Amino acid sequence: MKKNSKPESTLVRRSTLAIGLTFAVTGCAGPGGHPKDPLEPMNRATFQFNEKADKYVMRPVAEVYDQAPLPVKTGVANFFGNIADVWIGVNNLLQGKFTDGLSDGGRFLLNSTVGLLGVFDVATEIGLEKHDEDLGQTLGYWGVGDGPYLVLPFLGPSNVRDGVSLIGDFHFDPLMQLEDVGARNSLTGLRFVSKRAALLGADTAAEEAALDKYGYMRSFYIQYRRNQIFDGQPPREKDPDDDDSSDNDKAATDKSAVGDAADKSPSPDKKESQ
Amino acid sequence: MKRFTSLFAALVLGLGIQFSAAANTVAPDALVKSVSDDVISIVRQDKAIQSGDTHKAVSLVETKVLPYFDFAHMTRLAVGKDWKQASADQKSTLTQEFKTLLVRTYSNALTKYRDQQIDFEPLKAKPEDTDVIVRTKVRQAGAKPVQIDYNLEKQGDSWKVYDVLVAGVSLVTNYRDEFGQEVRAGGIDGLIKTLKDKNKQIDPAVAAKK
Repeated sequence: MKKNSKPESTLVRRSTLAIGLTFAVTGCAGPGGHPKDPLEPMNRATFQFNEKADKYVMRPVAEVYDQAPLPVKTGVANFFGNIADVWIGVNNLLQGKFTDGLSDGGRFLLNSTVGLLGVFDVATEIGLEKHDEDLGQTLGYWGVGDGPYLVLPFLGPSNVRDGVSLIGDFHFDPLMQLEDVGARNSLTGLRFVSKRAALLGADTAAEEAALDKYGYMRSFYIQYRRNQIFDGQPPREKDPDDDDSSDNDKAATDKSAVGDAADKSPSPDKKESQ
Repeated sequence: MKRFTSLFAALVLGLGIQFSAAANTVAPDALVKSVSDDVISIVRQDKAIQSGDTHKAVSLVETKVLPYFDFAHMTRLAVGKDWKQASADQKSTLTQEFKTLLVRTYSNALTKYRDQQIDFEPLKAKPEDTDVIVRTKVRQAGAKPVQIDYNLEKQGDSWKVYDVLVAGVSLVTNYRDEFGQEVRAGGIDGLIKTLKDKNKQIDPAVAAKK
């Protein structure tokens, strides 16, 4: 079975899309399909598109940007990191993590002033750690399931919960509040390039490590988001298969049981007591 | 004079304690720390590795890092439920190929090392534990620290790493879906073939040209 399909004709692509939608409606993961990825045919098509867009546009632009001196790149990343801290703080508050939320507010005040509009991350220097939160994580924290895996055009791996949450993240994005369309677009573009450039190197590593890059990225995203929702301390998932000697637990380790394993993990709020 | 003797005694005693610690089990966090310190100090001084000499990076990893990894365990985890249907021969071939894949991929990553600093978080484990997580954070200028966690298992008197998690993503179980797909399509031998092909494709000699 060859999984890396070449760019197909529009007809084929449309039909894969239709098949994908059918799967979505029936909620049926085809035989042997990934339990979290009923939309796989459509996702693979979007993935192929993203790969091409990245190869010919985003990555080359990021490589040019990467030639800038490190202090400049750091300053740019810090600037965008600083304006993001407000929404990160709000999401921490929404998750009931008041200390973290206050710390994010403190970071924003300090870095916006002493840190010269966020270009210098002085808050980290004095020990106010940078956090990473968004609406998708907040919903996940409160137990909202992630839904099917979804590859978004240009933005890449996501899922239904995180994809829908992006609308909220976007709505409260400080850059989107700018009245001046030109400034808004160029800053959004610069932020995108800065983030893409930070991933140079990691992308080649993934390329080398993966047998099937689509599948590798999918597993990566699912684990990565789970880790973020648990703030870096997810309970290790039980490995029903990690037992060299057992032979008679076939029923327990068949596909459906493995597929459910992620959903059975304890809800995130429990670990607050640690 | 008396002070001198007691100082001397303390020194001998101190050395004695250190020696006995070395003879017994090295704590898992101390193990990870000493191995990473070792590797980093070599990479820092090695201009060849820094300029992308993958062969050299691979041999560094093979001599300094591999002895502390349990690749049979890692492969078993990565293959998951299909492991049981593999013969002993297939298991050892799989382990060998998976090891090659991981070593080559991550040795390449070593050539990108630029003065990142590793912080070790205090180990949360009881003395009787035989399975622990050593948590580290890699800090670098202008970026959020990257969380790297090592899962270690006690085997007899020594600790062996059986999983590494980068930003919460297990480098081992991340392969499980892909491996499962390969096994469904072509059986264990199909998976072995795919791994062999992949390893040929990322052979350092080929990768270096990129």
